[in-house]
Amino acid sequence: MKKFAGLILIILAFAACKFNDADKPRLPIMGNRDAVTKTVNGKQVTDTVYQTIPDFKFVNQYGDSITQKSLKGDIYVADFFFTTCPSICPIMHRNMLTVYNEFKNVPDFKIISHTIDPKHDSVAVMKKYADKLGITGNSWWLLQGNKEQTYDLGQKNYLVAIKQDDGTPGGYVHQGWFVLVDKQKRIRGYYDGTDEKQVAKMIGDIKILRAEVNTEIAQ
Amino acid sequence: MKLKVIAFIAVMLCVIIVSCQSEAEQEYKRYYGSGTLVYKAKCQNCHGEKGEGLSNLIPPLTDTAYLKKNKAQLACFVKYGIKETITTINGKAYEGAMPANVDMPAIDIAEVLTYIGNSFGNKMGTITVDEVNADLEKCK
Repeated sequence: MKKFAGLILIILAFAACKFNDADKPRLPIMGNRDAVTKTVNGKQVTDTVYQTIPDFKFVNQYGDSITQKSLKGDIYVADFFFTTCPSICPIMHRNMLTVYNEFKNVPDFKIISHTIDPKHDSVAVMKKYADKLGITGNSWWLLQGNKEQTYDLGQKNYLVAIKQDDGTPGGYVHQGWFVLVDKQKRIRGYYDGTDEKQVAKMIGDIKILRAEVNTEIAQ
Repeated sequence: MKLKVIAFIAVMLCVIIVSCQSEAEQEYKRYYGSGTLVYKAKCQNCHGEKGEGLSNLIPPLTDTAYLKKNKAQLACFVKYGIKETITTINGKAYEGAMPANVDMPAIDIAEVLTYIGNSFGNKMGTITVDEVNADLEKCK
């Protein structure tokens, strides 16, 4: 009887390990999606096409041109801010600084912060902001460029709201979302950048995402 | 009967404790408590939960000597903001502006200053609404 119980225990332990393996956490794929039916080898196959972030062209705080290519092979977090923002930006970037410090030596992770006030936030202003914030190197880019392109990208692709409104303090309405994007340019998570707890969750999710992508490459 | 006596003693004890707190102490507690809420709503985003500021962008509120020296101007800073200028806090230069709170009533200013003035290592005592009103009249 004892032997039998031992055997069951071993089987159970083994099953538990197996189960854990299959149950590895995976992040959902967000954004709009389309079903595309195509013919492969004479058979009708329906495939899901996920929304991806399209190409863009901006300039970072060093004056370098940044496009989708500059982020090739990277997981990244995007947010929208402006340097003179009196409301939620300081707390967003206080929290983003934690993310920066956690991953600044990781080669396949970046942070991009788009200014929604490019008229004031010139490359020189962004560089000064970066210096004062205490960020160096190329793991956190502050991007400046065409205002319409920035707003379009935010509203249509990252699906966050941005609006100019002279009635609010600072003159802009925007939400404090951090948007997590994977190496295939798909949106994998939204986090309230003003909430320390959600940002801590994002740090965990970035680790999950890095592991996930690495296994996919290995297969 | 015994229960009644115990209850009576308990009530008396409460009364004694409450009345032992001087009126000034109670006023301080009232100011400080309300000031916590004002701070959360109006200051914390930039200056941080512990008054720590943000890197070299936003100064901390921990420079006790600076606060003491500029005590009469603190109400003006809160109400009318600080225009683009360089301020030295804890020996470090901060440049930039602080937004104004022109609609903030004097009592809220007094409360939040009492909170800041007695948190983050500061010990300034109560900053009353009368002091704030007097200081506001002298704002440049």
